[in-house]
Amino acid sequence: MMRRPLLAFLGAVASLVLMAAPASAMKIERVVSPGGIEAWLVEETAVPVIVMDVAWQGGSASDPKGKEGLANLVSGLLDEGAGDLPSATFQKKLASTGAVMSFSEDRDYFEGTFKTIADKRDEAFALFGLALTKPRFDADAVERIRAQIATIIARNMEDPGWIAAQGWYKAAYGDHPYARPEDGTQASLASITTDDLHAYTKNVFARDNMKIAVVGPITPAELGALLDKTFGALPAHAELPTVPEVKVAPKPKTVIEKRPFPQSVVIFGGQGLKRADPDFVPAYVMNYVLGGGSFSSRLMEEVRAKRGLAYSISTFLAPQRHGALFMGELGTKNASVGLSLSLIRKELARMAAGGVTDKELADAKTYLTGSYPLRFNSNGRIAGELVGIQTENLGIDYIDRRNGMIDAVTKADVARVAKRLLAGDGLIVSIVGEPNMSDRLPAGTKLRPMPEPTGRPSEGAPGASQ
Amino acid sequence: MRLSREPRLRHLTAAAFLAAFLVTSADAAPQATLPAAPAASAEIAALGPDPRPVADDPQAPEMFRLANGMDVVVIPDHRAPVVTHMVWYRVGAADETPGKTGLAHFLEHLMFKGTAKIAPGQFSKIVARNGGQDNAFTNYDFTAYYQAIAKDRLPLVMDMEADRMTGLKLTDKEVLPERDVVLEELRMRIENEPTAQLQSAMNAKLYGHHPYGRDVIGYKSEVEKLGTADALAFYNRFYTPNNAVLIVAGDVTAAELKPLAEKYYGAVADRAPTYVRKRPPVEWPTASTRVTLHDARVQEPTWLRFYPAVSEAAAGPREAAALDVLAEILGGGTTSRLYQALVVREKVASSAQSWYDGDNLDAGDFGIYVLPRLGGSLADAEKAIDAEVASLLKDGVDAEELDRAKTQLVASDVYARDTQQTLAYAYGSALMTGVSARDVFLWPDHIRAVTAADVLAAAHEVFDNAHSVTGELLPEEKP
Repeated sequence: MMRRPLLAFLGAVASLVLMAAPASAMKIERVVSPGGIEAWLVEETAVPVIVMDVAWQGGSASDPKGKEGLANLVSGLLDEGAGDLPSATFQKKLASTGAVMSFSEDRDYFEGTFKTIADKRDEAFALFGLALTKPRFDADAVERIRAQIATIIARNMEDPGWIAAQGWYKAAYGDHPYARPEDGTQASLASITTDDLHAYTKNVFARDNMKIAVVGPITPAELGALLDKTFGALPAHAELPTVPEVKVAPKPKTVIEKRPFPQSVVIFGGQGLKRADPDFVPAYVMNYVLGGGSFSSRLMEEVRAKRGLAYSISTFLAPQRHGALFMGELGTKNASVGLSLSLIRKELARMAAGGVTDKELADAKTYLTGSYPLRFNSNGRIAGELVGIQTENLGIDYIDRRNGMIDAVTKADVARVAKRLLAGDGLIVSIVGEPNMSDRLPAGTKLRPMPEPTGRPSEGAPGASQ
Repeated sequence: MRLSREPRLRHLTAAAFLAAFLVTSADAAPQATLPAAPAASAEIAALGPDPRPVADDPQAPEMFRLANGMDVVVIPDHRAPVVTHMVWYRVGAADETPGKTGLAHFLEHLMFKGTAKIAPGQFSKIVARNGGQDNAFTNYDFTAYYQAIAKDRLPLVMDMEADRMTGLKLTDKEVLPERDVVLEELRMRIENEPTAQLQSAMNAKLYGHHPYGRDVIGYKSEVEKLGTADALAFYNRFYTPNNAVLIVAGDVTAAELKPLAEKYYGAVADRAPTYVRKRPPVEWPTASTRVTLHDARVQEPTWLRFYPAVSEAAAGPREAAALDVLAEILGGGTTSRLYQALVVREKVASSAQSWYDGDNLDAGDFGIYVLPRLGGSLADAEKAIDAEVASLLKDGVDAEELDRAKTQLVASDVYARDTQQTLAYAYGSALMTGVSARDVFLWPDHIRAVTAADVLAAAHEVFDNAHSVTGELLPEEKP
């Protein structure tokens, strides 16, 4: 039981965006292997763990039409046998090293995360390289993983967060690939062949399409040699389909999926800004004040602290390669859905019309800049940040520049971007539950009066649990 | 003491829909045939001053005790100039009185509602303004508060945390809306989650009248009636330095922390007698039972089983390590026996796993769960599980799988040490549940020492004549 929810409903888009901060003495080295493969390295000797993160362009939005779920199926199969090693042998060998490899995809990227104890390094990297360069896709393994994903697809239909997100994307993006379920449908999953799997790895896992970050006790020279051994056999060039640019449908729309849940899951949002947009950083600051921070945000104050209408209420920016979103999520009992939404709309309009106060801006800056180093508190998190900085093309010196960009944001910048993103009611809303859409509570439901407002958030909490 | 639940979480990540399942899974259950867990004495041992260093190793945490009885643990991690500051109270949902379930968790929420010095709602805002993140969590045996923040702000958060240790001010104006927030949390975690409801029902069967048999968040009908006076009474009884442990992980040494701890926490006077937790003993089921829930929101069935098991505190590190190795061999990953049998060979399940949970003071449990394949039969899955358990009991484990399981467990412990918060949580939860810091630090050695005979003995302890609780979550019955 925690006081604050740690998970957003929308795992799918969870902002890979990194506003990172200066982790003081951290030194990032650009390592280029003898074979020409580049990786960013932080040599860190305090913990005997080497972490490597790799991202390739070519996520689920690149799945061929009718073969939705291809990238996801590949992600489930890369540790199911490679080279001369069938599934069971491969997994036993991997387990015997203690190394862990996991693969995942989102709409834009396919990602691999790999960690190993330093003294098993060479053996573990060899298995990772084999998985990437010579996946077997044996029939029994393919059918097993296909069956697992079929189960997940069926279970997604029971999850109000998943249903709400799916409904939102459909309403916002129509037929664009971003609106398709990443896992595919039962029909599309069933239609994927072994040839499709091999074609995917050949087209996507290419040397000109990789961003790599490594953190741990390893020298640049050692890493250079390992990069060639691990990735050298990959093709030089990727073959990626074109994903069209897309904007959120401009007209407001509310979709409701009636299901017998006592608490409705509500997802709302509209057009956002891409990471390269000059207004992105001001928008990031604005979002913190509106609903991105947690207990300092206006929405948290109005919906949760003052009125007790929700446990979770937050907003975030989700820039993607071919589109961009501003989104929010809320969980509230069915009776108070309409009331909560009217409060949210009021706060969006207030922000669009008036921006933020001097105090809100100052508090947002001290939080966003001061908490930046907390993102670099483990080898695993550092590697994740460094891959994100590469995929977003922010530059190897970004960590040193980032807080300066936050500090340079003015009230006028925030007001401009708030108007740009939030003016007018273009909100798309997706609800799963049995919502009362009236902005009045049903008779007999009491709303308690509450204290005076303020605004400033704190971001997602670090990972303790229970 | 396992440092993280990573081994368990790892295999569940493929099944994201069960995330809430894990979050709320706080259970424990010993077995009728085990000696009653000496909870109180284990606790007294944990409370007693331990003059030994945790271990003779520069990486080991340092511990000391303040004059008012508050224990302090310092966990070094000098990679970045940040710290994780936590205060743990030895009180949780298992310490609530009848009719007041959910009070420990409700108070956790209310601890952010202000003191004479800090206005309502300002605590988190001040932390944020200083670039920090804060939160809190409640379990059966503990309640804890933490901030992650730049090292130079440590005195600030220590000052604020010490202030709210005894200075909380509550009024209905703050308390009543927060109760609505907690009810929304209950809807999200329990009422919106059929798997959570299955677990609640199973825990009630397993632990009976022991508090582990109910949800940490409490019964809705009782939470709805909790008020300001309830919260203050609970606070005044349990929030006192002699019932608290300070844990600071990060870029700080014991020599640096000691004067700060004395200044901020040492100045807080004890205001209640030291609390020794005495709960009713767990009375294990006298026969195996089955809970079957039907839910209109469910389309695909879920199968779970809990066996009574000893808590880690009562088991001691040797048996607890053997139980972890047993869980890893039986159902720890894709090379495990259950996965190989149910998912790979017999194709009745899409996933299968097992775990040992010894993280509660009074009792533990040993769990198995299965997600059947589409159209798969729960009865077939159950038969296959029983066959695997029987075969393990008959033939024991082989050297290769033992070695592999130990390697994986040791590696996951090392990975967990990569993250400051995980480490701080591991030490805190251990100290709250009767496990020593020394055993947390030396856990990899305890794992390495496990033999095939130890694993077999642990399996006999868990499975022989066991009265388990089996749970099935099924779609609505068609009339």
